[in-house]
Amino acid sequence: MSSAEQWTHPEPREGPAATAAAPTAEQVIAGLRATSEGGPELVQLLTPEGERVENPEFDRYVADITDEDLRGLYRDMVLVRRADRESNALQRQGQLGIWVPLLGQEAAQVGAGRALRPTDMVFPSYREHGVAWCRGIKPEELLGIFRGTDNGTWDSVAHRFHPYTIVIGNQVLNAAGYAMGQRFEGKVGDDDGEATMCFFGDGATSQGDVHEGFVWAAVYDAPLVFFCQNNQWAISEPTERQSRLPLYQRARGYGFPGIRVDGNDVLASLAVSRWALDECRHGNGPVLIEAFTYRMDAHTTTDDPTRYRLSDELEAWKLKDPIERVRVHLVRHGMADQDYLDSVQADADKMAAELREYCFNMPDPPVRQMFDNVYAEPSPVLDAQRDEFLAYLSAFGGEH
Amino acid sequence: MAAPAINKPQTAPAVQSLTMGKALNLGLRAAMEADPKVLVMGEDVGKLGGVFRITDGLQKDFGEHRVLDTPLAESGIIGAAVGLAVRGFRPVCEIQFDGFVFPGFDQIVSQVAKLHTRTQGRVKVPMVIRIPFGGGIGAVEHHSESPESYFAHTAGLKVVACSNAVDAYWMIQQAIRCDDPVLFFEPKRYYHSAAMKAEIDPAATPDPLFASRVVRTGTTATLVAYGPSVKVAMDAATAAEEDGHSLEVIDLRTLSPLDLGPVFESVRKTGRMVVVSESPSESSIGSELAARVQQECFYSLEAPVLRVHGFDVPYPPAKLEEHFLPDLDRVLDAVDRSLAW
Ligand SMILES: Cc1ncc(C[n+]2csc(CCOP(=O)(O)OP(=O)(O)O)c2C)c(N)n1
Ligand SMILES: [Mg+2]
Repeated sequence: MSSAEQWTHPEPREGPAATAAAPTAEQVIAGLRATSEGGPELVQLLTPEGERVENPEFDRYVADITDEDLRGLYRDMVLVRRADRESNALQRQGQLGIWVPLLGQEAAQVGAGRALRPTDMVFPSYREHGVAWCRGIKPEELLGIFRGTDNGTWDSVAHRFHPYTIVIGNQVLNAAGYAMGQRFEGKVGDDDGEATMCFFGDGATSQGDVHEGFVWAAVYDAPLVFFCQNNQWAISEPTERQSRLPLYQRARGYGFPGIRVDGNDVLASLAVSRWALDECRHGNGPVLIEAFTYRMDAHTTTDDPTRYRLSDELEAWKLKDPIERVRVHLVRHGMADQDYLDSVQADADKMAAELREYCFNMPDPPVRQMFDNVYAEPSPVLDAQRDEFLAYLSAFGGEH
Repeated sequence: MAAPAINKPQTAPAVQSLTMGKALNLGLRAAMEADPKVLVMGEDVGKLGGVFRITDGLQKDFGEHRVLDTPLAESGIIGAAVGLAVRGFRPVCEIQFDGFVFPGFDQIVSQVAKLHTRTQGRVKVPMVIRIPFGGGIGAVEHHSESPESYFAHTAGLKVVACSNAVDAYWMIQQAIRCDDPVLFFEPKRYYHSAAMKAEIDPAATPDPLFASRVVRTGTTATLVAYGPSVKVAMDAATAAEEDGHSLEVIDLRTLSPLDLGPVFESVRKTGRMVVVSESPSESSIGSELAARVQQECFYSLEAPVLRVHGFDVPYPPAKLEEHFLPDLDRVLDAVDRSLAW
C-alpha cells in the first residue's frame, strides 16, 4: 500500500460508486452517514479503547517508536489541548478578540507534526496550533493574531512554518509552488529528500485553489503532502455539502495516492504522515491524506454549533477522544503511571499559567506598525502618508 | 419581461423599529415572496442563517431549493449564480466577508459584468452579490476590508452601499429587482446596532436605488460618505455644529453609477468638500469624486477636495483599526484644513 502504484489504481470498495447512475442527494447523504465511522479503509493503529491493532502496511512506519516517544506524543497532545483551552478562556475573558479551537484534532496534528523533519516545509490554515507546537512555535506566538496585535510573529522561514492563512484554500497552491521549488533544486530523490505538507479542511476541498493545487502538484511531481483534516464540518455545513465521495478518493482523479487515516489516532496519523512524506522525499509525491476527525468545539468563539448540529454527535465523538485512548494504552501497558500523568498535567498547568500571564502583558502595537513592511523596497509615497498621520496624531500628544 | 413590482406588505405589514440586519432579513423575505425566481445562496446561509444571521429563517420558510447552503467556493457561488440567472433565476449571493470575494473576482469581472454586452443585450444577469464590508468589529485579517472600488471600476456592474436600516430594507429589494448585476455592500458593524434601529414602514414609497441623498443640510462644507462612513460624517457634523460650522452630509448610496447631481449642487453652495471612506485612498471612490467635482464645480471650490480614507496599507490588525478608520477627529481636521485653505 505504500507504493504510489497501488494507490493510483485502487480496487473500488463499497461506498457510493462513482460509475453508478447518479444517486439522489438523500442516497448520497445516507451513504456518507453510514461511513461516518470512517469506513473500512480507515487506517487505525490505536482503537478508541486504547488497543493497539496490527497493520501490516503501516506498522513499520512506527516500529521505532519507543515508550518514551509514545509518552512524548501523549504529552504533546495534552499540552496542545491545554494551550487551546486556555486561549479559548482568554477569549471568553475579553483578552482575545476571537479564538479558533482545535479541540478534538490534537492527534491528527501532532501525528503529522511529529512526522515532519526540520528541513520540511509546512503551510497551515488557521487551526493548526498543534502543528505549530511541533514546529517549535510557542503558544504565546499564536496569540497576537487573535488578540489583534499582529498577523503572526513567528519566523516562518526559520521554523519552516508559513504564516496562518485564513482565505480558504489559498495556501494549498502556495504549498504546491514551494514543493515544486524543492524539486527544481534537486532536493528530492532519496531518504534525505525534502518535502512540504499543507493543511486544509473538508470545506476547503471545494475551493478552486485546492483543486488547482492538486493539479499543479501532480503535474510537477511535487513533494507535497496534502493533509486534509476532515473534521466533519465547515462552520455549519457538513462534509456532504462538499463532496459525494469520501474526500481521500478525490486523489485518484488527479493521479496520486489518497488515504484516509483515523485523525483521532496519533500513532496512525504519525505512521501515515511518515509514509506520505517518505513517498514525497523519494520523488513519488504528491499524496493526499484525509484525517478523519471531529471539531469538538465551535468553529470559532463567535460560532454557535447548537444551531446546526446535534449534541449526540459530539457525545459519540467524545468516545473517540484522541488523548484518552493514548492515556489508556500507556497505563494499561505499564508505560505510564499516575505520577507520570500528574507530571504532564503539572507541565500543562504551568504552561497555561505562563501563556495567560504573557497574554495579559501583551502591549498594543505602535501605530506606525501598520505602515511597516508594506513593500520590500522604499515607498516614499507611503512614508509621506505615514509621516503626515503621525504628525497629526502627535498633536493629540502621546507616543505613537 | 419586466421585473415584478415590489410586493406590498405581507410579512411586515406594520411599521416596525428594526436593526439593519433585521431590515435586510425582511427585505430579502419580501423579495422572495414577490418573486419565486429569487434564490438566496452562499456559505452557511441556510441552516445557520448566515454568520451574521441576515438570512435567518429563510431556508426554513422557503425551502432548501430557494436558500442554498453552497459548497465552500466563491467562484462557484458567483459562477453558478450566473448560470442560474441565464436560466431565469434571480440569485442573491452572500459573500461571507469582504475579504472573501476575491476567489469569485474572476467570475464577477469576466462574466457577471460582461455577459450582457457580450450577448448584444440578449442575456441579462439580474443577480445581487451581497457583501458585508468595512471594519470596526475587531476581526482578524480579511474580515474588515472595503473592496468596493474594484467593482465600481468595472464596467457592467452596479454598486450600491446602504448606511441605515430603512435603506437596507428597500435597497435590497430594489437591487434584486434590477435587471443588471448589483454589488450590494452592507456595513457589517452596524448590522445589530440597537442605536441604529429605525422605523420601517412597508407601505412607504422608497427613494430610487441609484440616487444619492442629502441626509443633513448645511452651508459651511460638504461631507460625502457611504456605507459605514455616513455615521462618522453625521457625528462629525453634529460635533462641528458646536464650533459653529454647518456641514452638509451626503449619503452617496450608489457608487456605480454615481449620482453626482446632489453632490455638485451641494459643493456649489458650500465651496468645500471632504470625502469620508474606509477604503484605501489610491484609485478609490474618493479619487473619482475629487476628479468629477473639480471638473464640474471648479469655479465654486474654495479649497481642494480633501479625502479622509483608510490608509494605503493592508487593513491592520484589530488593535490598530481605530487609527486606520476615518473617525470624527480626522474628519473635523480635514474640515478645518479645508476652511483654512
Ligand atoms: C475564501 C473564504 N471564504 C470563506 C471564508 C469563511 N470561512 C472561514 S472558515 C470556513 C469554513 C472552513 O471549513 P473547513 O475547510 O472544513 O475548515 P475547518 O474550519 O473546519 O477547520 C469559512 C467558510 C474564508 N475564510 N475564506
Ligand atoms: Mg472542517
